[in-house]
Amino acid sequence: MNILVFAEQIDGSFKKSTFEAVSYASQIAQAHNGNVTAVVPGNVADDRLAELALYGANKIVSVKHDNLNGFNAETYTKVICNTASAEGSSIVVISNTYSGKSLAPRVAARLKAGIASGVISMPNTNAGFVVRRNVFSGKAFADVNLTTAIKVLAITPNTFNTLENAQSVNIVNAESGLADADFTTKSVEINRVTGKIPLTEAEIVISGGRGLKGPENWHLVEDLANALGAATACSKPVSDMHWRPHSEHVGQTGITIKPNLYIAIGISGAIQHLAGVSSSKVIVAINKDPEAPFFKAADYGIVGDAFEIMPKIIEAAKAFKAN
Amino acid sequence: MKILVCVSNVPDTTTKVIFTENNTQFNTAGVQFIINPYDELSLTRGLELTEKLGGTVTVITVGLADTEASIRKALAIGATDAVRINATPTDAYFVAEQIAAFAKDQNFDLIFTGRESIDYNGGQVCGLLAEMLGLPSVNVITSIEIDGNTANVERDIDGGREKLTASLPLVVSAQKELTEPRIPNMRGIMAARTKPLTVVEPINAEATSASVGFELPASKGSVKLISVEDAGTLIGILHNEAKII
Repeated sequence: MNILVFAEQIDGSFKKSTFEAVSYASQIAQAHNGNVTAVVPGNVADDRLAELALYGANKIVSVKHDNLNGFNAETYTKVICNTASAEGSSIVVISNTYSGKSLAPRVAARLKAGIASGVISMPNTNAGFVVRRNVFSGKAFADVNLTTAIKVLAITPNTFNTLENAQSVNIVNAESGLADADFTTKSVEINRVTGKIPLTEAEIVISGGRGLKGPENWHLVEDLANALGAATACSKPVSDMHWRPHSEHVGQTGITIKPNLYIAIGISGAIQHLAGVSSSKVIVAINKDPEAPFFKAADYGIVGDAFEIMPKIIEAAKAFKAN
Repeated sequence: MKILVCVSNVPDTTTKVIFTENNTQFNTAGVQFIINPYDELSLTRGLELTEKLGGTVTVITVGLADTEASIRKALAIGATDAVRINATPTDAYFVAEQIAAFAKDQNFDLIFTGRESIDYNGGQVCGLLAEMLGLPSVNVITSIEIDGNTANVERDIDGGREKLTASLPLVVSAQKELTEPRIPNMRGIMAARTKPLTVVEPINAEATSASVGFELPASKGSVKLISVEDAGTLIGILHNEAKII
């Protein structure tokens, strides 16, 4: 059995989510006596490509092409599907990043494959091919059986560990087979926030709600985030009032996150908000209302005024990091 | 400009999720269904574009007759006409196949989906549909303007934003910032009653997945409270007890 994994590169290097996907594919291969092929669209140097072997890729197919350096849904789909056909892959693993979300369904349609996205478990093959995924924005899990010969699994980032399972490095260069006319979408400009941790990748997230009374008080969130190396987030009312950008809104109609630690300051914990954060390993709620629903979903709670509480926590966090 | 907006009928965001039949069925008893919020943004943006450039906005859903309240609402908001494919939407692949079969000879310039439905969160219909129709796609878009045969689009990427150009026809999925949803006014509601709603029978499509069952997350143990005076001890607790920092 061949398992194909899409190795997403950004500016010629791989992110943690890529190594998670390779590790995931490698675990399936070990359980089913299979092998793992990683496909890499875009120009990546051999020493970088070799990193994929460290996490279990038996073969690395490098598809170098200047136009593939940036993500492009249609052409990446063709490259992945051509590789899947050449390798006879029966499972395609893709990390469910924004690019992965764009790619995985296209790959599924092209391969006539069943697809599960937001996967949070290894496949269970005792009866069919069942994977678990998040549904209702984190309010529940669903077990889904994929019934097609080829399966596409879009796995949730930050869910599976990166596991070293070094294989001998086997890099193969392949032609893209693409013509200029295949590139119907063109990237004009990319703006990445530098120096900040992307919310979906953050292991610690500090989040503020209406209880902070205004954007001018966000230093309380940011100071703690800086001290702990965390990302910042907010509740829906806060982004609706434009105190913070929409990109920070976590919840059912915002971003779903699952960090190790989520600290909610002045957020009551409406069901829609909890849906987006309830998969966090440890939750701390800080709220002046002892009846706030967040206290029912939290591991630790402090009932009181955030303006009194936060300076104490920030000071302790700075002291902790200094040691 | 001919626009198609794909609409999903989903439980209201305040719904308490309960399963029945030995955790195999979502309990719809007493659940209020709404237009998927991202699809509502798609619809509004579609209307804004046709108001500027001329054209029509058709809404399409795959669902049984009980979805017609949401379709009528879409018509009340301003859609030109509506299509309902008369089938239970078993999975995204099935839905995309149905919509593709309808759309393939209709010459739509632009097809909108939502980023994902807020119930099953697949986020798949945009990509599936585009590939089935052989069209380019851009997902999680926060902005779209049309310039002749080209769309200027912005989309979310991990840790940032990307500006792209794409040729029409094009399939896109709406992210939150795309626009603000519109509330139907009385005139719209009255007009919706007489707007065309075509019911189309489904094509034969094989299932690619089957739901086995559902489970609710384990509830947390009771919260450990820390006093305001000792708030600073939180950091030590998170390090020593929770071992999380």
